[in-house]
Amino acid sequence: MTAAAPARASSAAEVVSGPEVALQLEGVTKSFGRRVLDGVSFSVPTGTGLVILGRSGTGKSVTLRTIIGLVRPDSGRVLVGGEDVVGMTRDRLNEVRKRIGFLFQNAALFDSISVGENVAFPLRRHTRLSEREIRTRATEKLAQVGLAAEYTRMPAALSGGMRKRAGLARAMVLDPPLLLADEPSAGLDPLTSDEIDHLLLQQKEQSRTTLVVVTHNMASARRLGDRLLMLHEGRVRAEGTLEEFERNADPMVRAFLSSPNAG
Amino acid sequence: MFVEGAGELSLFGFRAIRDAFRPPFEPGEILRQLHELGLRSAPLIAVSGLAVGVVLSMHTRASLERFGAESMIPAGLAMALVRETGPLTAALLLSGRIGAGIGAELGAMRVTEQIDALEASAVDAFKYLVVTRTLACVIALPILTTLMNFSGMLGGFLAERAASGMSLRLYFDRSFSLIDVTDYVPATLKTMVFGFIIAITSSYLGFTTSSGTEGVGRASTRAVVLSSILIIVSNVVLVRLIFFVFPGLQR
Ligand SMILES: Nc1ncnc2c1ncn2[C@@H]1O[C@H](COP(=O)(O)OP(=O)(O)O)[C@@H](O)[C@H]1O
Ligand SMILES: [Mg+2]
Repeated sequence: MTAAAPARASSAAEVVSGPEVALQLEGVTKSFGRRVLDGVSFSVPTGTGLVILGRSGTGKSVTLRTIIGLVRPDSGRVLVGGEDVVGMTRDRLNEVRKRIGFLFQNAALFDSISVGENVAFPLRRHTRLSEREIRTRATEKLAQVGLAAEYTRMPAALSGGMRKRAGLARAMVLDPPLLLADEPSAGLDPLTSDEIDHLLLQQKEQSRTTLVVVTHNMASARRLGDRLLMLHEGRVRAEGTLEEFERNADPMVRAFLSSPNAG
Repeated sequence: MFVEGAGELSLFGFRAIRDAFRPPFEPGEILRQLHELGLRSAPLIAVSGLAVGVVLSMHTRASLERFGAESMIPAGLAMALVRETGPLTAALLLSGRIGAGIGAELGAMRVTEQIDALEASAVDAFKYLVVTRTLACVIALPILTTLMNFSGMLGGFLAERAASGMSLRLYFDRSFSLIDVTDYVPATLKTMVFGFIIAITSSYLGFTTSSGTEGVGRASTRAVVLSSILIIVSNVVLVRLIFFVFPGLQR
């Protein structure tokens, strides 16, 4: 694994294709005035975890947002379950979005409804469950993130870490086959952060959920990442398994691996 | 810059009209907005109407007394209210309350990524947020205008009662003596356009908010200013149109 990783990443992507690939980006480019993503390619096999590393402002969040169609790439393809979400009709895109859980970097809870109703929201919109079942499931998900007692509180009354966890509960409530999490453990104490990792791992192993997790936390990265990917200035700087990363001589990669909370 | 904004605002409006007729309809949200934007504006409108009625009645009395036409006070006041003062005052008051509210709420939702979160949850945020508020405003404005008219007449009655001791019955009989359907219906229905203007302008400014909390405050202020101006200007056109369709009103 060297700094010339982008080429390797795309050739690897060609090898693993078909239904076993949950997610594949091919040459994704995006500019907001200046170029933010510059030919990003990678693929994530179904049921595995990809951890995205990189300094602030290198396009990690934008990458996640292209996957769910919130950012439309200037060029390139974004295949979710083999379908290109770029230029998809709205109805089709919504079908894809129902199969993706998304945790925003700042949680993005709906301010006007309670924490529990935030978690219940996807169930109300996209299932025909009874009121009782909806409440039961939302409460269960809240309990998994340690917020069982907070159902009726408003999001504004929660701490940043609690909001993050509630956001994760909302992202997971439909048991999506693909879960995208933007810095799930940022701002959490180490114990809670471990619990969140445990929850994500459990989701991956028991439900074969594909994970794409952005994190600055190397301990999390080691636990969650079957493969790691480092973004730098909108390009894939390095990609590989943890062992491959540990053998990588790139000083940027080394710096990340050696600091527990690099970023 | 200005032209571009005007173009985008118009597109926003067209899209709201188009999407209002396409499923999924959001009845729950529409009801919630009717409550939030409509019902909760009722006290403001009722109290303001009362005060406007008292003041208008004092002016009407001052002018009609000179001609010995005090008996015309209720009818004159009612005519002024129903034809113009009620609709315009209600719309301007509501552009303050509703416009600022929608601008700030949607602006905050934009900068905290709640609008993105709706989209990510496979919900059409435009329909869910903008179309519902627009429908609620278009429905609520004529109703609130009617409330304004009535509370204005009530205010007029209170002033008249204090001045001449007129009975409620007689006052309202005289109020309605000159008014007919063409005075009330077009003037009241034109407030649906005002409601549309308020909702679309403030939603547009909220949706396009950037640069954090500062941007939210700006969206809210600009929503009030811009929708008030658009209401006053469009009123000129609407009044012309109403006179054109109902020439009898010019007599
Ligand atoms: N909607 C947008 N408009 C303009 N610039 C944006 C937008 N979204 C992201 N950017 C810019 O793109 C760059 C990468 O952002 P981001 O993906 O959020 O970084 P990070 O790797 O820290 O998550 C930043 O410079 C950011 O300012
Ligand atoms: Mg980010």
